This record gives sequence, structure tokens and C-alpha cells, in this order.
Amino acid sequence: MEIKQTALAGTLESSDIQIMLSEGSDGIHFDLTSDVKKQFGDDIMATIKDVLAAYDIEKANVKVIDKGALTPVIKARAITVAQRALDLKDQPNWEVL
Amino acid sequence: MKNKVNREIPDSILKDKQYEGFQTTDFGQPDIQRVAPKVTAQTGPSKVVDSIKQVVKETLQDGMTISFHHHFREGDFVFNLVMREIIDAGYKDLTLAPSSLTNVMNDIVVEAIEKGVVTNITSSGMRGSLGDAVSHGALKNPVIFRSHGGRARAIETGKIKIDVAFLGVPNADEMGNANGMNGEAAFGSLGYALMDAQYANKLVLITDSLMPYPNTPASIKQTQVDYVVKVDKVGDPDKIGSGATRFTKDPKELQIARMVNDVIVHSPYFKDGFSFQTGSGGAALAVTRFLRQAMLDNQIKASFALGGITKPTVDLLNEGLVNRVMDVQDFDKGAASSMKNSPAQQEIDASWYADPANKGAMVDKLDVAILSALEIDTNFNVNVMAGSDGVIRGAIGGHQDAATAKLTIISAPLVRGRIATVVPDVTTVITPGDSIDVLVTEIGIAINPKRKDLFEQLKKVPGLPIFTIEELQQKAEKLVGQPKPLEFTDRVVALAEYRDGSLIDVIKEVKD
Repeated sequence: MEIKQTALAGTLESSDIQIMLSEGSDGIHFDLTSDVKKQFGDDIMATIKDVLAAYDIEKANVKVIDKGALTPVIKARAITVAQRALDLKDQPNWEVL
Repeated sequence: MKNKVNREIPDSILKDKQYEGFQTTDFGQPDIQRVAPKVTAQTGPSKVVDSIKQVVKETLQDGMTISFHHHFREGDFVFNLVMREIIDAGYKDLTLAPSSLTNVMNDIVVEAIEKGVVTNITSSGMRGSLGDAVSHGALKNPVIFRSHGGRARAIETGKIKIDVAFLGVPNADEMGNANGMNGEAAFGSLGYALMDAQYANKLVLITDSLMPYPNTPASIKQTQVDYVVKVDKVGDPDKIGSGATRFTKDPKELQIARMVNDVIVHSPYFKDGFSFQTGSGGAALAVTRFLRQAMLDNQIKASFALGGITKPTVDLLNEGLVNRVMDVQDFDKGAASSMKNSPAQQEIDASWYADPANKGAMVDKLDVAILSALEIDTNFNVNVMAGSDGVIRGAIGGHQDAATAKLTIISAPLVRGRIATVVPDVTTVITPGDSIDVLVTEIGIAINPKRKDLFEQLKKVPGLPIFTIEELQQKAEKLVGQPKPLEFTDRVVALAEYRDGSLIDVIKEVKD
């Protein structure tokens, strides 16, 4: 699906993650900032990618500022930002959830 | 070779630097030859000189070992004043041997390394930009990390040979009689600096307040001092110690503190005349408060509290619940300012505090120690030095020394953010699991299998869940996931000594 607008979800509090999703030209591109990038960077990006795939988002720039969020938090923020970017926030995609 | 905590120590380091791998926590009763400083006699009426620049010029040569103390903590002005003169004068190849390095010293040490002024460092620890630079290979020779007791041993035996010690003091007279208790920048105990005062070939005192002669009480004596320099300010009183220590409201820390207290109170050591050491973290301070109530309830008094001292510990002294405070450093203003009024708050030097190579240290008499950890592994080995990304950001402090207590408790959260504290294998071993008895986390405790006696005693305590340490490790991993292993190069950037001088681990350069 096409991204309709740049969207943001999450905060910069510790144990949270802030994800900004904007239109991209080809593929999914990450800009990841995280204190645990060395240990969990790949894991964080894979988690977000899975969520985006479930929404059929194939082209996007993803700016991520992670503050040590656990996987369920990352998933929740990714779902929220996808819904907002696709302008679907009033129609939750229950299958993804 | 692999040492007793299963760490690979490169043979080249063992051979070139004449080290042995760590074997045992038992120091034994070896005969030890101490060294003595060279004394330049003087009988003049005053040792006051005009400037740091002048005294550096008169005392320092390329290749020498210089030392400082860290009692001013983050409020230190002296270190930067002296290092500025040394760098600007263009000295080369110095060994920096302070008792520890605080953040306020980082930038100038990095500059000194880059300019070749400092080529060797030994310290209790380092953090921030300096730890980062060293972990990325900025220093040609590996840093040597030693505990406070280990540094005292190394100074006494000549492994650290201090040519010039630059010691900041909040007061001194013209001959060099000084203490840490009085003056605007007072920090209390001079504990770590007393080693330098006793063993340095040249001793320079730097003070902002010249007192009428003779200045007493004198922790550092005129018999030890070569020069006294007057400067405008030696430190920022607001940053020397934390202000009033607030009691934590963090439910996780409170839960840990409550369980630490349960472990202590139900151990065989909680009886009249027991002794303890707590740290300065939120949970440790909370333990002191719980312990106070338990002591009142059970009509038990402690013979002494040891180590780095905080206001809550001094309060116990004033309340009569602790008989003596044996004080090597003061973490807050309350503790620092009470020393001068209280003979029961005894200043002790680092050797008396924690050195295994003397005729008996305070830690040998210690019943209960509560210590922290960045990481602890399923063999109870503790890391307080390298962060989860492998970068140096900590200090041994008195960890290895106090861990020889009869009951050593590690208090630590199961996870911090997405980083597990309880891990299969710590990044760097600093304190061997052999000296750790109990781990307390917010979800429960784990007892070292060696201590079956403690298990029998603690298993009956209500509200104190006991797990194996493997179970705690698995619970942590389930929460945060499995991290990707850290990558290091083969280059050794730091050596971690055990308190007896053997090598317990090496720290390698991080790969980015």
C-alpha cells in the first residue's frame, strides 16, 4: 500500500521507541538510533519490517529512535505508525493485530 | 592460558608484563617486601610556591609516574589545572596513576593521550569519552585497572612507583599539614590520597585555603609534603558530593532493597556486633533504611559500617545503631561534613580499608557487603567495568575487596531497559563468582550453590522467592530476547587485576 502521509508514533521515554514513517522510492530504508543497536539493531528492524509487510508497505523511509523498547512495544508502535501513515487510524486492520 | 574464571589471558601479556592468571580468592600469608619513597630533606620555613607551572617544572621529567586522587569527584578543579600545565609544557610518555578518574577529567586525559603526554594509565576505572577512546584503542599500552585495595598493594610493593603526586586539599598550612574535612571544598575522608602521601617521591599539595600553622587535624603531614601551591579554587562544592540523598520511590528498587534486607536479617550474620558495607545506589540507600528498622525491632547494633559513606549511614551512627563508621571516602555532603565533629567516624586509608597485602584490612572483618553489578553470570561472576556494548564505563572501586565479606549480596535489577543484567557469561569478569553469595533481583533471589547453609536458612522466609541463577538468566532472556554477540578485535586495551595482583580478565578493543 502507498503511504499517504508522514506519520509518527511513540515517545523518547526510556523503554519506548519512536518511529517515523515516510514515503520512500524503493524498498524499506532504516535510519536507526539505539543504545542497543549492536546487540538488537537487526532484531528491531526485522520486527518493524514484519509489521510493514503485514500492511503491504513495500516502499518507505523509516526513522527509528529506540530507547531500549522490548519487542511487544516495538510491534505496537510499528502498527500505530503504519495505520497513521496509511490514514487507516479509524479502521484498525484486525488481521494484523 | 585460561585462568580460574575461564578467561583466556594471552600468553604474551602474562610473559611480557610478568603476570599470573587469577587462581583463587584466598590471598594466603605470603611475606611481602615493601618499598619506601625517596625523601629530599628540607628545613625551610615554608613550602609555598607561586604556581603549578613552577612546581611542575621543578619536579617532573618525561617518562615519570604522576598521581591524583578522586575525592573531589565531579567537582574536581585540581586535575585539570595540573594536567593543563603538564600538557602545555610538552612533557612526554608519562604514566597516569590516579586513584580513579571521574567524568570531569575525561577531556583533558583524552587530549594528553592524543599528544603523547600520557602513554600509560592505571586507575580504578573510567567512563564517558575516555572509556570510549580507550575501548577504541586510543592508548598504545593497555590500561591497568585495580581495585582500591589492589592499588594500595601495588603502591606498597612498588608496582606503582609514584614520582610526583599532585593532591588537592580543601585546607593546608605553609608546611603541608592538611585534611579533607574543613574548608569550602571539604570532601571528608582523604582515604585514597593517603597512600600517595605516604609513598610518592615528591608530594605537591594544591589548596585554596592556607591555614595558620600548624593546621590540625593533619591527615597528610608536613613530613610527607614537598610543595604547597595556593590556587583560587580546588573544587566546586556543589559537585563534590551529591546533595541530600533522596530516598528512592522506584518500586523496583524498593522491592530489591526489601529482599536484600530479608536476606541479611535471616542470615546467621545478623546479630549484635555485626558489620556491613553498602554502596551509594538507590537500592543500597533504601537497604540502609530497612536495616535500621530491623535493627531497632531486634535490638541489634552494628560494630562498624565500612567503605564509601553516605548520610543515612552517619545517621545510624548518631542514633547509636552503629558503633563506628570506618570511612575511606564520603559520597555526599552529609557524610563529608560530619567527620570533623565525630571521633567515631574514623578516616581510614585504602590499605587499612581493603588491601590484602598487609597485616589485616577492615574488609577481612566484614560480615555483610551489598554490592551492585552491570552484569552477573550463571557462575556468579560480576562485571562492573564494561558496558553491554563492550565499552569501558565503570570502576572496580572496592568491589573485589568488599566481596570477600562473609555474606556478599549483589543487588541488581533483572534487566535494565533491553539489557539483561543476569547473563550466561559476563562481558568482563571483575569479581569472581567464588566471592559472591547471593544475587537479589526484583523478582527473587539466587543463592550461590556453594552456600547450601544459606539456602537452608533462607528457604523458609516468606515472600522471598528463590530461583537458581540459571532460571533468573532465562527469565531475563525471555523478556529482552537474545542479543547478538559483541565483536572485538584481538588487541588488548585494558587489563583487569584481581586484588592480589593476578589477572582476572583482559578487555579488548571494540569493533564498530
